[in-house]
Amino acid sequence: MQKRRFGLILLELFAILLLALFLFPFLMVVMNAAKPQAEIILTPLSLPQNWINLWHNIIEILTRRNIDYFKSFFNSVVITTSSLLAIGVFSAMAAWVLVRTKTKYSFWIFMLFLAGMVIPFQVVMLPLVRLLQLLYNATGIPFKDTYYGVVLAYIGFGAPLSIFLFHGFIKSIPTDIEEAAIIDGCTKAQVFFKIVLPILKPIFVTLLVLNGMWIWNDYLLPVLVIGLGGSTKTLPLAVANLAGFYDKQWGLILTSVLMAALPVLILFFFAQKHIIKGMTSGAIK
Amino acid sequence: MQETKKNLGKYVKTIIKYLVLTIISLIIVITLPVIFVVQKIGRLMNKSFMTFKNYKRTNFVLDFVVYEWLGPFEKAQNHRVFVYFLFPSLGAFLLFVITPFVQGVYLSFTDWDGLNTGRESFVGLDNYRVIFSETRFLFSFWRTIVYSILNILVINVVAFAMALLVTQNLKGKNVYRAGFFMPNLIGGLVLGYIWQFIYNKAITSLGGVFATSILIGGQSALYGLLIVVTWQYAGYIMMIYIAAIQNIPQDLVEAATIDGANALQRLKTITFPLVAQAFTVAMFLTLVTSFKQFDTVVSLTQGGPSLVLPEWFGSLLGLENLPVVQSTNLVAINIYNTAFSSYELGIGQSKAIVFFAFLLIISLIQVYFNKKKEVEL
Repeated sequence: MQKRRFGLILLELFAILLLALFLFPFLMVVMNAAKPQAEIILTPLSLPQNWINLWHNIIEILTRRNIDYFKSFFNSVVITTSSLLAIGVFSAMAAWVLVRTKTKYSFWIFMLFLAGMVIPFQVVMLPLVRLLQLLYNATGIPFKDTYYGVVLAYIGFGAPLSIFLFHGFIKSIPTDIEEAAIIDGCTKAQVFFKIVLPILKPIFVTLLVLNGMWIWNDYLLPVLVIGLGGSTKTLPLAVANLAGFYDKQWGLILTSVLMAALPVLILFFFAQKHIIKGMTSGAIK
Repeated sequence: MQETKKNLGKYVKTIIKYLVLTIISLIIVITLPVIFVVQKIGRLMNKSFMTFKNYKRTNFVLDFVVYEWLGPFEKAQNHRVFVYFLFPSLGAFLLFVITPFVQGVYLSFTDWDGLNTGRESFVGLDNYRVIFSETRFLFSFWRTIVYSILNILVINVVAFAMALLVTQNLKGKNVYRAGFFMPNLIGGLVLGYIWQFIYNKAITSLGGVFATSILIGGQSALYGLLIVVTWQYAGYIMMIYIAAIQNIPQDLVEAATIDGANALQRLKTITFPLVAQAFTVAMFLTLVTSFKQFDTVVSLTQGGPSLVLPEWFGSLLGLENLPVVQSTNLVAINIYNTAFSSYELGIGQSKAIVFFAFLLIISLIQVYFNKKKEVEL
């Protein structure tokens, strides 16, 4: 017993050490975001002499034209939330009719969505950019560098996984409730929005987390559809833009990194359970 | 003779009827949103506009339209709901994924060289011939494979070890879990900048053996990337393993302990077989993400640094002079650069198609072999 407890203490120490190692990069960011350029070059590993510099750097980031922090943050929020809602509701609708309609059409459409899951973005990205331009030439509606263009693209790319997860979940819901509602005089659309959608809440949350992490942090799709200097640029694009312009201005780059990561980290502290559960249960299915 | 002719006529008639109805269905499906709007507006003026309440059978086309699509009957209602509900996601999916994919397959056979010129002409298999004789691309493919194998091994070993650690009876296990998971919340691009700073500025300031950054050496840069991605991804994979380990029935473990199995034996005979399913998932995820690695490389190394092509690789291709290649130029980066730096979009697209085919085959093989090892509980 004594030996076992000693072992546990050792493990505990080891875990603390590992945790420190994992959090070290975060510490580096915070520490160096609070230093002027000269101090970073001389002593990147020590604590900053004066924390007030962090404030100066933050102000600098907030007012810089090429990062446009407030605008980028707003863009990221708009794009992420509207994509999330659209993907969630539309995929749930599609999955529901695909499960409840037992024809060969619904089977093959579902198979098509599944096939879409294995297509990596790299294969579609070049023709996609071309297609957006062609669509603009043909219809005069700009899809590049607009909110709806990005959101539509995210619906297309997010639909396969979301429909797959919804499909699995809906299959396990008994049809009795829906039939009862039909008898009580609901139309089919009402059945979905009033009865099925509330039942889907757990899987909906999972998908919010899974898609949310993807869309908020995504770089490749925005850089193609919006462009680094676009007017609807998201936070990752803004950071890349700043780092590309002011090469080696580490104080500012790290401050912008901190400010790009902070919203997600804050959200994580409040909704830790949901986020971890959402990301892992989504993967296992 | 007469009989067969009559039969044949019947068949032709059925086929024509079927074709007509299919075309009508297609037209209705496409114009359904328009019909919907017209109906709604019409009903504002006339309550029974297009409701078909008192419809009498006329000819088969109109019957079909009313009974199967527009009428107030259950079958028609089901059809309409099917189309309306599928329309947004299927439409976006077809427009932004399937259309570019099909176009992409065609474009990989053309000399497409400017994003929007629309002047490409068909060149057959030329692009594929070019990319399979392009040393840089072959090397980049090889680097991706090496990187992916290392990545899968390191991440899974680290993640599994961490999962074992935090499922022990430790005091702060929830804190550790959250801490290990945290790097995964931040996007790959942002992470790359953090680590570029750590490698190039923080660690080098220690001096001595650390004076040269790990990102400068041709070989070591890949290990540098490996560390970053492990740091980012291990916590996530760990969560998958934790879920699997917690699903192991506790009585099995207790029974084994009573029978005198030590920790290592329990790990080998109980834990490993029972988390095999999680291994499949975790390995699939790490495989796919390491093959598609893009963001982190862009901000960490931009594909560099340069190194001279290894001699064995050169001799494999029969090259006299060894060209300079890039160390962390993984396939995803290579495709991007081919398209947007040298504007050889046709070639870039054929690289993407090769990449897709390879990834598909590899992941199918991986899932097949892992599935064979799983144990049903």
